[in-house]
Amino acid sequence: MVSEFAGFASLAPAYPEMLLAVCAMALLMIGVFAKKEIAPSISGIAIGVLIAVGVLIVFGGTEGTIFAGGFINDGFARFMKVLIIAGSVFALILTVSTAADKGLNKFEYPVLIVLATLGMLMMVSANDLMSLYVGLELQSLSLYVLAAFRRDSAKATEAGLKYFVLGALSSGMLLYGASLVYGFTGHTQLDQIAQAVALGERNVGIIFGLVFLLAGLAFKISAVPFHMWTPDVYEGAPTPVTAFFASAPKVAAMALLIRIVFDAFEPIARDWQQVIIFISIASMVLAAFAAIGQRNLKRLIAFSSIGHVGFALVGLSAGNLVGVEGVAIYMAVYLTMTIGLFACILALKNEDGYVENIDDLAGLSQNRPFVAAMIAMFMFSLIGLPPLAGFFAKWHVFLAAIEARLFILAVIGMLASAVSAFYYLRVVKVMYFDEPVNSYATPAIELRFVMALTGFLVLSYYFTVGAPLAQLAHNAAGSLF
Amino acid sequence: MTLPLFFFYLFSTIVIASALMVIASRNPVHSVLFLILAFVNAAGIFMLAGAEFLALILIVVYVGAVAVLFLFVVMMLDVDFGELRRGMLQYMPVGALIGIILLLELLLVAGAAYLVPEAAGSGALPIDGGIENTRALGLVLYTRYIYLFQASGLILLVAMIGAIVLTLRHKPNVKRQDVAKQTARNKATGVEVVKVESGKGL
Repeated sequence: MVSEFAGFASLAPAYPEMLLAVCAMALLMIGVFAKKEIAPSISGIAIGVLIAVGVLIVFGGTEGTIFAGGFINDGFARFMKVLIIAGSVFALILTVSTAADKGLNKFEYPVLIVLATLGMLMMVSANDLMSLYVGLELQSLSLYVLAAFRRDSAKATEAGLKYFVLGALSSGMLLYGASLVYGFTGHTQLDQIAQAVALGERNVGIIFGLVFLLAGLAFKISAVPFHMWTPDVYEGAPTPVTAFFASAPKVAAMALLIRIVFDAFEPIARDWQQVIIFISIASMVLAAFAAIGQRNLKRLIAFSSIGHVGFALVGLSAGNLVGVEGVAIYMAVYLTMTIGLFACILALKNEDGYVENIDDLAGLSQNRPFVAAMIAMFMFSLIGLPPLAGFFAKWHVFLAAIEARLFILAVIGMLASAVSAFYYLRVVKVMYFDEPVNSYATPAIELRFVMALTGFLVLSYYFTVGAPLAQLAHNAAGSLF
Repeated sequence: MTLPLFFFYLFSTIVIASALMVIASRNPVHSVLFLILAFVNAAGIFMLAGAEFLALILIVVYVGAVAVLFLFVVMMLDVDFGELRRGMLQYMPVGALIGIILLLELLLVAGAAYLVPEAAGSGALPIDGGIENTRALGLVLYTRYIYLFQASGLILLVAMIGAIVLTLRHKPNVKRQDVAKQTARNKATGVEVVKVESGKGL
């Protein structure tokens, strides 16, 4: 077989990924050969590189399919990639002042974040079961290492090991599903699978493969019943790493899920819709009730993220353009809220170190009014109260569900949302109405910047970013249909 | 009975028997040796199926590297395998259930060949009988699958970084051999001539 590449220019759709890969290796080399400790400057360069790649995706993004159909860059991929880059950049910014305390001040940390980001970009652009898998593994492997990065902490090591074992199990399920799909359709490329599925009659083997693929991906987005690892990993990993876990990888896995179900299994939409509806309901309901008993902020956010994945899946259940648009908006808003909330948590530092228990937040409004107000606002937004961003995100996905006549799903979602209000509001109550127990240090400048920026976006969503974001999400979703 | 069929049954019987012995034998070193036996016979089955590249890779990588590494680990670590195996009866029912489910699913895959006979010939890259395995792999590995090849390289890089980050500890005060330093020694730096007065000592 002769190579199909006419020249370097024919690789244009993959330029951002190639740039990121080369820069990751360059950063690694600089880190290895530098004489003294230069982790902070590597972090800075990594942020710069990621922003440059983001700019390249936005302004220089050539769309097309290359590598014999293994890699696709389209409007949907570009939208999700920009979200992922934003998540990674903010995760690195959150690490700037906290790295030393959290044991993350090694040059490998930014390098691994960059490599994980590269894996996520490859996931979003995967157009083939094999490229999907290698992207996913590149991402997952980097995340396992990041979870255990603080190797002297028993909790972090446990988190890393747990994440690794369960992640490996989920990869196994995904591979098993992929091999079944390949066996029954004879193709690994998503569009060819769709053609084969559309031509043949309904086949139990393909359904089997589809279910295994969905189960493997449900692990990665931590949807019920594959969510067990989430609270432990979120609690055990260093907080900046948790912030990263809760933001960019979720977006990437969700994008991958959307691409698989629409690009490869569109002809048997009814079959995967049932599965998605089930995991959506299970995630929303379980998270709403399980979070009530949590005393640790990071565990609370873990359950909250499970619930939010459930809400995002409501949009996907609809199985139409409005639904995908809703999911895209939901992920963007969820990313913003999560980053903002983690900036607040990292700002909660007293003389004993970082505070992670909800009870320790008592009376926060009296000595850190700005941080308390920000946490309160993110909590309200996570509940989905208007006029905050969280409300509009939920509005979009529920609208899609209602358009697809999934009334029961929408009602259950709204009820779960109401139940979840309890645990979000309890945090607000503790901050504002309990007697102060702690005094907190002034947050670092970049944490305040991130809080203010995300807070502004969440608060003014309807007037500023709402309409353009909806338009972008609409265009992105349109490229899938 | 034809000769290939005879060999197939011979290899499969030994694979299954030695796989059983891997989990059944009390001595972990015997387990690893049986594992090697299973690998070699599995390689024989690959050879019969016409996948000579896979067969040789299996022997080179798994027998030559992985199994020997296993053997080293088993012999060097003082793991009490009797202790690990204590709960075996307790876990047996669940283990058996999972095994049966996996078996049924494997049968499903095998059954596909009968249900959808055309699937065998419609692979993404149908096998051309005229060229040998290694050549066939070489034809697509760096052209059609260059992206996957490069991506796998990155995954291995991450694995390497991870192993180093999580386990390497820089110990100060460890004496290491520095060849450059050794060869740079000369008479002036290496020898000190001391005039010792008699009866005084140093």
